[in-house]
Amino acid sequence: MVHGEAWTIKEFFTYPNEYIYWTIQIVMYPFMTGLVAGAFVLSSLYHVFGVKQLKGIARFSLVFSFALLPVAMLPLLMHLQQPLRGIEVMMTPHFTSAIAAFGIVFSTYGMIVASELWFVFRKHFVETALSLKAVEGRSALQQGEYLLFSILTLGAWDISHEALETDERAVKKLAAAGIPVACFLHGYAGFIFGSVKANALWMTPLMPVIFICSAVVSGIALCILTYILTMEIRKQLARRRRLAHPELPSMEELKSAEAHVVAMTSRYLLMFMVAAITLELLDLIFRGYTAVKSWDILRSVIYERDFVNIFVVQYGLGNLVPFVLFLIPGLTIRRAAVGTVLVLLGVFMMRWNVVIGGQAFSSSFSGFMHYVLPIWPDSMETLKEGFFGAMIVAVVPFCIFYVLNKVMPVFKETH
Amino acid sequence: MISRRSFCKKSLLIAGGLAIPLSCLELFDPKRLLAEKDDTGARWVFLVDTRKCVGCGFCVKGCKVENEVPYDANVTRTWVERYIVTKDGKTHIDSPKGARDGFPNKGIDIGHGRLEEIKDDDIEKAFFVPKLCNQCDNPPCVQVCPVGATYQTADGVVLVDRSWCIGCGYCIMGCPYGVRFFHPVFHVAEKCNFCYHRITKGMQTACVDSCAFGARRVGNLRDPEDPVTRVIMTERVNVLKEEYGTKPQVFYLGLSKEVK
Ligand code: SF4
Ligand code: SF4
Repeated sequence: MVHGEAWTIKEFFTYPNEYIYWTIQIVMYPFMTGLVAGAFVLSSLYHVFGVKQLKGIARFSLVFSFALLPVAMLPLLMHLQQPLRGIEVMMTPHFTSAIAAFGIVFSTYGMIVASELWFVFRKHFVETALSLKAVEGRSALQQGEYLLFSILTLGAWDISHEALETDERAVKKLAAAGIPVACFLHGYAGFIFGSVKANALWMTPLMPVIFICSAVVSGIALCILTYILTMEIRKQLARRRRLAHPELPSMEELKSAEAHVVAMTSRYLLMFMVAAITLELLDLIFRGYTAVKSWDILRSVIYERDFVNIFVVQYGLGNLVPFVLFLIPGLTIRRAAVGTVLVLLGVFMMRWNVVIGGQAFSSSFSGFMHYVLPIWPDSMETLKEGFFGAMIVAVVPFCIFYVLNKVMPVFKETH
Repeated sequence: MISRRSFCKKSLLIAGGLAIPLSCLELFDPKRLLAEKDDTGARWVFLVDTRKCVGCGFCVKGCKVENEVPYDANVTRTWVERYIVTKDGKTHIDSPKGARDGFPNKGIDIGHGRLEEIKDDDIEKAFFVPKLCNQCDNPPCVQVCPVGATYQTADGVVLVDRSWCIGCGYCIMGCPYGVRFFHPVFHVAEKCNFCYHRITKGMQTACVDSCAFGARRVGNLRDPEDPVTRVIMTERVNVLKEEYGTKPQVFYLGLSKEVK
């Protein structure tokens, strides 16, 4: 069986070598990268533009963005036919290729987020290390923790008021520098597609901008959703712990903090959603209006074959319904949770419709290809590029976030 | 003592400073410039005479055997398309198994194993068109390859380095002609290379050798005496999908407007 044959169904005339080569993992790739960029932009709203109301979610989204970062690479790696050679992208940059920019942009961005995190959490590192140092006769575990936190301080033990203020200024600068890089990180993911002239659906200079806008949308939505979920868990924990420690925040305090942050953040979500939809519709209308040679086949894919995916799921369920949900006054947490899930679905479907929809027609413009997502894996290939492969990619960031939260507690201040 | 601030500043400067000259090395590689100017060697081109092709598929078989593309795999370096234009103006195209076994059925293959029957009386015209990699002069597949595993030689042939390709599939997406695929055994990008191992030794490509009807020919564009060059220079030849700006180097005689 040749690569792609397992999940491609052909109809009418397609060239013999044509298959759906870019599958679910290439849908996951811009989706995950988008989440990274979006989460970062959200945290920068507080750090750079001083949107005070977002303070509660800013640290959270920064750490989350860092947790998502390694996962942006994972789908690419899982999709490669020679995954062991993946590192070559970094070692042999080939400057005419959009993918080759990945290594450079990705590592620049990673360094910015890492240093920003360091400045944000330096005080915590120092305090933890100092308190552990004070402990007499540390256990092996404590000793390990002590070592870890001492290393994390990088030798900067000064937590005087001035030093912390300098930190804050550094955070601000890094966050400001990070915004363009985050946008670039995702914009160029759009560029990877937009620059493929052989594909009539992808070929548009709007692609990077469309990708950036929906990236911010998805990142904010995921942050809100994860925020709600973690707060839910904390509420339950708080209920139990308060019996022992009455000084901890009560359920009610947590609840009102949560409602406030969610309402504030969803306003920004709405703003970016409007921008994203406008651009997407502009692209669609423009294609129909100019109706170049490829429009015939594009129209049949957009309005017939992919109608449900594009208009019902993506625009209807993923854009319109959450839009209404957020606009109805008196936003409740439950409604916000449903809304953000739908927004995430909408953005995922947008990636799907671009990546899979773009391969749904043959370059001969006379045939179609249909993609059947492999669910139960029967080979390495269908495992990697099937449902389970995508699930792995989706779950890993939460595991990383869990570990990171142990070292850099995002909710510490409220304790 | 060096302060942390100045250390950070300096290391950033050094890293940035190093990155610039390194990228310059890539941009102004003297060897590459020399190779680009070198027009003394060959420039391999292909000439397909669609008027002579009968759709027997011997070329497809010959290519598979010569180039170790598994015989039964549903991918091929070269293939033949059958066009049937009916009187109602519709074009019916197929290429079952790339025409490895010719066209055993009279009906047109429309996928899902279904055949569409066309009555002889309805046929306006019918013909065969062999396809292969166009060895573009401006190859998008070379442009997009992130590791340079797909590259162009000085004599114009685009090759894939099997030991370097990471298998991302970007080149497959970038080629407007759909000629690329993943090799089922080596799991790297694969395509026609004009039988580079043969033509550079003065031989013909495997498909040219297998074609009993003279529908395929390979030639050197830089040799004015080459019979293929003479045809290309003096007769009315055409190329496929010129609008993509890839400057294809496979020329067709008797190409019809229906050809996709
Ligand atoms: S025909 Fe396709 S594979 Fe061949 S050189 Fe041109 S772009 Fe590359
Ligand atoms: S599949 Fe191989 S040859 Fe093609 S672009 Fe990727 S690395 Fe280059």
